[in-house]
Amino acid sequence: MNRILKTTAIAAAVMGVVGVAQARDQVRIVGSSTVYPFSSYVAEEFGATTDFPTPVIESTGSGGGMKLFCSGLGDDTPDITNASRRMKTSEFETCEANGVTDITEAFIGYDGIAFAQSGDNEAMDVTREQIFLALAAKVPVDGELVDNPYTKWSDIDSSLPDREIAVYGPPTTSGTRDAFAELVMEAVSEDMEAYGGEGYTDVRADGAFIDAGENDNLIVQRLAENTDAFGIFGYSFLEENSDTLIGSSIDGVEPTPDAIGSGEYPVSRSMFFYVKNQHAEDVPAMYEYANMFMSEQMVGDLGYLKGIGLIPAPEDERAEARSAVENHETLELADLK
Amino acid sequence: MRQSFDDISAQLRARHRRSARLKWASMGALGLAGLFLVLFFADMLVKGLPAFQQAQIQVEVDYSEQASQIPLAAVQEDVRPLVSRGYLRLIPGRMEDNPDLLGTSRMEWVLADGQVDQYLKGHHAKLSNKEMAVVDRLKEDGRAELRFNSTFFSSGDSKMPELAGIASAAMGTVLTLLVTLAVAFPIGVMTAVYLEEFAPDNRFTQLIEININNLAAIPSILFGLLGLAIFINFFGVPRSSPVVGGLTLALMTLPVIIIATRTALRSVPDSIRHAAFGVGCSRWQMVRDHVLPVALPGIMTGSIIGLAQAMGETAPLIIVGMVAFIPDVTNSFTEAATVLPAQIFTWAGEPDRAFIEKTSGGILVLLSILITLNATAVVLRKKFERRW
Repeated sequence: MNRILKTTAIAAAVMGVVGVAQARDQVRIVGSSTVYPFSSYVAEEFGATTDFPTPVIESTGSGGGMKLFCSGLGDDTPDITNASRRMKTSEFETCEANGVTDITEAFIGYDGIAFAQSGDNEAMDVTREQIFLALAAKVPVDGELVDNPYTKWSDIDSSLPDREIAVYGPPTTSGTRDAFAELVMEAVSEDMEAYGGEGYTDVRADGAFIDAGENDNLIVQRLAENTDAFGIFGYSFLEENSDTLIGSSIDGVEPTPDAIGSGEYPVSRSMFFYVKNQHAEDVPAMYEYANMFMSEQMVGDLGYLKGIGLIPAPEDERAEARSAVENHETLELADLK
Repeated sequence: MRQSFDDISAQLRARHRRSARLKWASMGALGLAGLFLVLFFADMLVKGLPAFQQAQIQVEVDYSEQASQIPLAAVQEDVRPLVSRGYLRLIPGRMEDNPDLLGTSRMEWVLADGQVDQYLKGHHAKLSNKEMAVVDRLKEDGRAELRFNSTFFSSGDSKMPELAGIASAAMGTVLTLLVTLAVAFPIGVMTAVYLEEFAPDNRFTQLIEININNLAAIPSILFGLLGLAIFINFFGVPRSSPVVGGLTLALMTLPVIIIATRTALRSVPDSIRHAAFGVGCSRWQMVRDHVLPVALPGIMTGSIIGLAQAMGETAPLIIVGMVAFIPDVTNSFTEAATVLPAQIFTWAGEPDRAFIEKTSGGILVLLSILITLNATAVVLRKKFERRW
């Protein structure tokens, strides 16, 4: 009997504690799973070396982050969102409609998307067009769009090996997939007459492309088991597993940090975070965090983030991005077009 | 028609054979299930046990003026890349707290970088040949060794594998489950008491009963969406906090506790109730003083199993923001926190391979807590159970 009374008393006590809400001095960050490793690295450093508490970072994906970020102002909305692509104009408009009108864009650096296979194989150099032909749901044959007939790489081009086409890639919710669709699928199909100049991003569903989930480590593990297959994932995972995987050169360019940073490697993308300036008064730590992120010690050529896979932007781009953050420059709709 | 003795004995043999076959099939099923379990545990142990050890190296730390500005300068150049950055970055702060340190230098055992740790454990490590040679030399001199990894239990998440630990997740789990228990236990027990002892048996109560049984089978992610809509968006409970996580898990645990409590109450024989009424007890007195105390072991068992289930849950917590990078160990119900399974989930997605052992180590800790909880439930039941 006593036990029930005690539990009730504890319950009452807990509810009492809950009632006292606290003011927030912790920065709240949401957004891209690609930027997440970098963002959390900076956050940890920020928590360890300043008097502010460590910012809370949720990995929600770029789109999910934008949705939360643009949902309005106030304590329960995030202060910063990470994105592995630029903010879309539609997202900017949603922000405006919900009163989020003063946003600063911070450009962090580059990330490459690797097309890689198990190191047991010979290196295979591909072009973006070959990747597109291997993965598109419908491809042009003699000017007509037909269901993708290719089952082996050698069917596409006789210089390619006689190997079954099998590619593990991220699902449609992933920013990596967005970037792949834009930089490979759209870029190639826009130049093909059969698609009428429009970008075509449908991926074949007959088993040649295998949706492997958001976790890039899973793709890496599967490549070790299925040595015939290729995988599409972030460059940092290729670097981390350089002993077991080899990356293919795309359009003749090897995936190296230099080639990705200079834009020579065709499948590279920019990474950003967006700061909600209207929260500056309530969350003083916000700018301190943003400035630390943009510092040379983090995103620079010798910065810590390079060690975990970030590809630094050239020096002048970095300086420009840094001053934009320091001066809290307001993002305009025209900037995104 | 009469059956001969031979016919009957043939039939008997066939029936015995059938029952033997059934027995072997059942044993095979059990064996297979056991085999999977053993394989899983063996895999986790092999991968996870190294997580409880961490490399430390002995280096000379020079507390110079320069080191208070640039912490890297505190150690010799050849071992600089081998010392954990997590240790180095604390040097300026320590020198500020202890001004006496300035100008001194001494040999100290310090946390080694995650790659050194991987190298000493014989895994693939991203070290240059020169760095490997330095580590080999240190090891020969007895200045590099694997020691018990207390950091794993005392610190929160980190991007540096050598600093990553389960403390913040464990604390988050405790806080979250306290909220869950405080909400789900009283409400669940009272609901069951009402339905079992007070409510009339009519269409309405039957409808409630069916719904409660259905709730127990609802996929947990839906409770996350409910938690987001009601607790965060409507009541304004802080996102990612143990309160919102605990309330969400309480919704999930409620039906389990209600069903367990009803079963426990139902197993109390009516003679006890009649005897209580016979000496003039009111209905409430009968429940409070006679039925509940007898049913308590069953209720406790059900609640513990419900809590253990809630403890392993991640899906609903993703939606309410508890799957996040949280290195600080919190002790507030309203600050951001994460829980053990969420921590394991986060580590499983890290590119750095040193996190593989952290992931498995986390799983081992979670499993041992769950086994302890379930064992407690069994012991409670065995100890207090009464047969009528």
